[in-house]
Amino acid sequence: MTVELRAKVPDGPIEQKWERHRFELKLVNPANKRKYDVIVVGSGLAGASAAASLAELGYRVSCFCFQDSPRRAHSIAAQGGINAAKNYQNDGDSVWRLFYDTVKGGDFRSREANVYRLAQISVDIIDQCVAQGVPFAREYGGLLANRSFGGAQVSRTFYARGQTGQQLLLGAYQALSRQIGLGNVRMYPRTEMLDLVVVDGKARGIVVRDLVSGQIRSHPAHAVVLATGGYANVYYLSTNAKGCNVTATWRAARRGAFFANPCFTQIHPTCIPAHGVHQSKLTLMSESLRNDGRIWVPKQQGDARRPGDIPVGERDYYLERMYPSFGNLVPRDVASRRAKEMCDAGHSVVPGGHGVYLDFRDAIQRLGQPLIAERYGNLFEMYERITGENPYEVPMRIYPAPHYTMGGLWVDYNLMSNLEGLHVIGEANFSDHGANRLGASALMQGLADGYFILPYTIGDYLARTALPPLDEGHAAFQQVEAEVRERTNRLLGVQGATSVDAFHRDLGRLLWDRCGMSRRREGLEQAIGAIQELRERFWTDVFVGGRGEDLNQALERAGRVADFMEFAELMCEDALQREESCGGHFREEYQTPDGEAKRDDSRFSYAAAWEWKGAGAAPRLHKEPLAFEHVHLAQRSYK
Amino acid sequence: MRLVLHVWRQAGPEVPGKFVRYEATDVSPDMSFLEMLDVLNETLVARKEEPVAFDHDCREGICGSCGLVINGRPHGPQRATTACQLHMRHFTDGAEIWIEPWRARAFPVLKDLVVDRGAFDRIIQAGGFITARTGSAPEANAVPVPKRDADRAMDAAACIGCGACVAACPNASAMLFVAAKVSHLGSLPQGQPERYERVVRMVATMDEAGFGACTNHGECMAACPKEISVDCIAQLNRDVLHATLRPPREGQHWSGAA
Amino acid sequence: MSRVDALTQSLIGKKVVMAGSGLVLLGFVLGHMVGNLKVFLGPEHFNAYAEALRTLGAPFFGRGQLLWIVRIFLIVAVGAHIWAAWVVTRASWAARPAGYHALRLVETTYAARTMRWGAVIILAFVTFHLLDLTFGPANPAFIPGDAYHNVVATFQRAPVAMGYLVAMGTLCLHMYHGIYSGFQTLGLNHPKYNAARRGFALVFSLVVALGFAAVPLAVLTRAVR
Ligand SMILES: Cc1cc2nc3c(=O)[nH]c(=O)nc-3n(C[C@H](O)[C@H](O)[C@H](O)COP(=O)(O)OP(=O)(O)OC[C@H]3O[C@@H](n4cnc5c(N)ncnc54)[C@H](O)[C@@H]3O)c2cc1C
Ligand code: HEM
Ligand code: HEM
Ligand code: SF4
Ligand code: F3S
Ligand code: FES
Repeated sequence: MTVELRAKVPDGPIEQKWERHRFELKLVNPANKRKYDVIVVGSGLAGASAAASLAELGYRVSCFCFQDSPRRAHSIAAQGGINAAKNYQNDGDSVWRLFYDTVKGGDFRSREANVYRLAQISVDIIDQCVAQGVPFAREYGGLLANRSFGGAQVSRTFYARGQTGQQLLLGAYQALSRQIGLGNVRMYPRTEMLDLVVVDGKARGIVVRDLVSGQIRSHPAHAVVLATGGYANVYYLSTNAKGCNVTATWRAARRGAFFANPCFTQIHPTCIPAHGVHQSKLTLMSESLRNDGRIWVPKQQGDARRPGDIPVGERDYYLERMYPSFGNLVPRDVASRRAKEMCDAGHSVVPGGHGVYLDFRDAIQRLGQPLIAERYGNLFEMYERITGENPYEVPMRIYPAPHYTMGGLWVDYNLMSNLEGLHVIGEANFSDHGANRLGASALMQGLADGYFILPYTIGDYLARTALPPLDEGHAAFQQVEAEVRERTNRLLGVQGATSVDAFHRDLGRLLWDRCGMSRRREGLEQAIGAIQELRERFWTDVFVGGRGEDLNQALERAGRVADFMEFAELMCEDALQREESCGGHFREEYQTPDGEAKRDDSRFSYAAAWEWKGAGAAPRLHKEPLAFEHVHLAQRSYK
Repeated sequence: MRLVLHVWRQAGPEVPGKFVRYEATDVSPDMSFLEMLDVLNETLVARKEEPVAFDHDCREGICGSCGLVINGRPHGPQRATTACQLHMRHFTDGAEIWIEPWRARAFPVLKDLVVDRGAFDRIIQAGGFITARTGSAPEANAVPVPKRDADRAMDAAACIGCGACVAACPNASAMLFVAAKVSHLGSLPQGQPERYERVVRMVATMDEAGFGACTNHGECMAACPKEISVDCIAQLNRDVLHATLRPPREGQHWSGAA
Repeated sequence: MSRVDALTQSLIGKKVVMAGSGLVLLGFVLGHMVGNLKVFLGPEHFNAYAEALRTLGAPFFGRGQLLWIVRIFLIVAVGAHIWAAWVVTRASWAARPAGYHALRLVETTYAARTMRWGAVIILAFVTFHLLDLTFGPANPAFIPGDAYHNVVATFQRAPVAMGYLVAMGTLCLHMYHGIYSGFQTLGLNHPKYNAARRGFALVFSLVVALGFAAVPLAVLTRAVR
């Protein structure tokens, strides 16, 4: 039997759906809120804002993160900014335009109603953050400043120097901290969720490992919220923090939650190229750099001259050439793929490796160094710190890197998974960004979910659902705890000869080649076989070391890599199944003569939600058809 | 490059630790300091020894997880740079490097180079916030904020909570961290209503945690990867003074931590 | 929490107490230094001045009364200063039970690092100084009431003069960091004047220390007999 996916999108005109839905949602009587335990896994923008808001409403919240403090969640690394349809610049922005841009930018693989709601809520987010003391950039008049950001033709991006994610997260972290201080939230840092507990078909708690003592414990609750971020680290080298993982969402998937569009991954065009085998992660240079920087490669292949010595006539500003109207501001997937093509064609500016120039010479001449320093100072410093080159003098060298994952656990309009009681917010879910995310819209989504959507919709679930009390003594928890212990011991027991990182590196290289910026059938089929072999080797040859009842970072990584290895296979399955090119998913077989992604709306205008069928068994595909009533389907064109 | 490392190894909070000497070979100058430690750990694993535990996550100098005292300098020799952003090109071939954890009573060592910085979270929980219930916010542009104030707030808000200030301070004082948050929130109109209650509560929690007193050495500022200025400390002191000397307002209600 | 408690309970409050009492002490040493310079005007002037100190406030106050009030004020200040210093120092020592293999200091000054031991030296100095020139036991040639004679007599003993000079050096350092530190503690900072604060501290402490030092030097060099 195939479960039909009920997105529960309310009817009525799109502008009124959310308003009306909020009215129709059942409310929990304030006196009863205290009686409900809600688990929030994750303290990033989505998790922290949700935990704080739920606690303010009166729920008893427990919040978990694997870092030593909730303030260190990966959201902290976001640089560029956050979108909102405030139209402060009076340049023709509006909720409709943000909605339209996001659906189009997502290459028509997202759910219209969700995206419209996101655009509506975007304006409240800015108000909320300013009230919390987020020091957004301001104009001399004291009003909020904006910049235009990757792919947008209006200036709707709010920013705090190059540390927007940090400032937004600190705002949410401080709201969360206040609730912790008041005793409304119990915070569990250095605690990793290793499994989800399902009772009578409903998510009723999680099993965690205390990363300091190594103890494995159960936490029952009435509802579980996953805000555990993206899985770009499946590629090993990515712009994500080292700890980012798929464990929480993948474990939930193994318990019955559907995983949607896993192959929709975003490769960010402007990152610092890798330097060697020991490279542990890739550093993003905010996309905002593309506003003033010009991307080019030497026309002549393998041109060894220093960039300064190459006359303008012999430079190929290929994005400006191919996309006259958007130029360097084309969406990420386009910019990334074109860079790859240029380098594959031998124009790389990194000897032997992969890289193109991002040049500020003209901008500095036009605007003067002080203004450029004011806009990008800390990014330039970061670049120089890492590469030892001064971007005020020589152009930056950049190359695409895995950055964001549009795929995630499937959720309905209420952000609840097909698995009742399991809610998924932020990058961890699949909603809103379709096949490609526009710059500065992930922060927006994380905060929209956490501050303004989940707090309403979760109440509706709790009010509607009969949830018998239970505690960690319940058989289901005992069962899952036992499984988690068993798995941990197995990892420690292998006692092989190869380090966890070595396996992760192999897996990453495999995916980057076969399921990265561009994909083709044979490659994917090979990858699936190779991943299975790699997994076999992992379970027979990995060496973890140390003990389970102790702070053991190798063990933490081993568990995550083990999950990546299972998940990677699903990623390839999904990429294989989607015989079209859309957004971040580029199938070489399906492209227009001039190399643009070729969508196939007749066959693939759906979200692919995968049901785990157990190890070895083929996962089952469920399709949520996507209808586009307001943004008429069109081939994206940035020419 | 070839390096001689003296790394602090400590099995747990209660057990005594000691320096262990390691040789790191084939280190490339382009590696970050943490990548150098990764390589060391790989070799330890190959020898079936337990790898060195150290905190890290973003490796971009923004999350504040990493924290090592490198040759007596928190985050190492390069100014305004976290350990994860420090690159080996700043060391000479054959150099000896001493690697220690933050050392402060308020930051107990958990294992090897990993310490517990929970005290910082408790200080924020005590008052390091602006009370703004979700949904209660006025229109963002209703209150203009002079660019100068916004910039000053941002300068202070750049703190990543790494704890290097405490590690560098001869008194193991947390003043710079607390001052950074107090200056950030105190520089904005939104932060005014709770300004003085905030500072009193944060300072009380800071003292309880067992940090030392600031005698204005300025080492914290030199070690701070975000170059938070000791001017913030002066502002913190000023606010504490004001909070204790000003007449308490009538019927004042603090909505913050109970 | 009463406001006084608030001040005395927090470590910052104790630093404020130190700064406040320090300020009083600074005022005292400045005045005392200026008074001492009357040595150069000869015995009459100097003794007259010493006498004047005692008859200060007459006729409203009896002989020495106002002086005693001032002395008590001073003693309280020194007491508060030392108490605060002691508590603050203990807190800081307790804050780092396990020391570093090496902590490289890059920003702080010699003055800042020597505050505590310097303070002890100053304390020892003041004690000796009182026994020497106020009460006499430490000064064989002591003649009550003849301050000029006592001063000259004591500094004719080269070791004593040397000791005084060392003490003045210590005091100079203590005041140099003390003044800057005090500005910070009282929150008296402004981007415009921050550099000036160091300058002021330097000038003030040098003037006071050199002013004091002038007397023993003069006696040693026979300029004053
Ligand atoms: C370098 C970089 C720059 C970016 N810049 C921008 C930008 O300019 N604009 C923009 O809109 N977006 C940007 N993004 C994307 C955006 O930052 C993320 O998509 C967003 O912050 C994700 O937030 P989140 O709350 O969903 O997850 P995260 O912030 O990743 O938080 C995940 C949380 O889950 C916890 N967690 C994860 N797994 C477990 C587990 N198993 N057990 C317990 N806890 C767990 C973690 O501890 C963490 O607290 C950027 C991303 C990167 C990598
Ligand atoms: C005439 C003598 C003295 C003067 C003028 C003086 C002045 C000062 C001043 C202005 C400060 C700065 C307070 C602050 O940091 O906010 C200070 C600090 C201090 N004083 Fe004194 N003081 C004197 C004597 C003493 C004595 C006798 C002791 C103790 C035995 C002492 C111990 C200290 C200590 C430990 C500090 C803290 C230093 C620091 O902030 O690093 N001082 N002093
Ligand atoms: C070379 C330098 C100094 C000289 C020549 C000097 C001289 C004197 C003399 C003559 C007296 C006695 C006055 C009287 O009894 O009428 C005196 C008292 C005193 N001096 Fe000094 N002094 C010097 C430095 C200092 C310093 C540096 C301090 C403090 C740090 C100090 C603190 C005192 C105190 C506290 C008294 C007692 C005052 C009183 O009687 O109430 N002196 N000094
Ligand atoms: S003030 Fe500087 S050193 Fe201290 S925690 Fe913040 S960033 Fe780290
Ligand atoms: S180093 Fe320490 S003494 Fe004060 S100025 Fe910084 S906290
Ligand atoms: S690892 Fe994040 S700051 Fe160093």
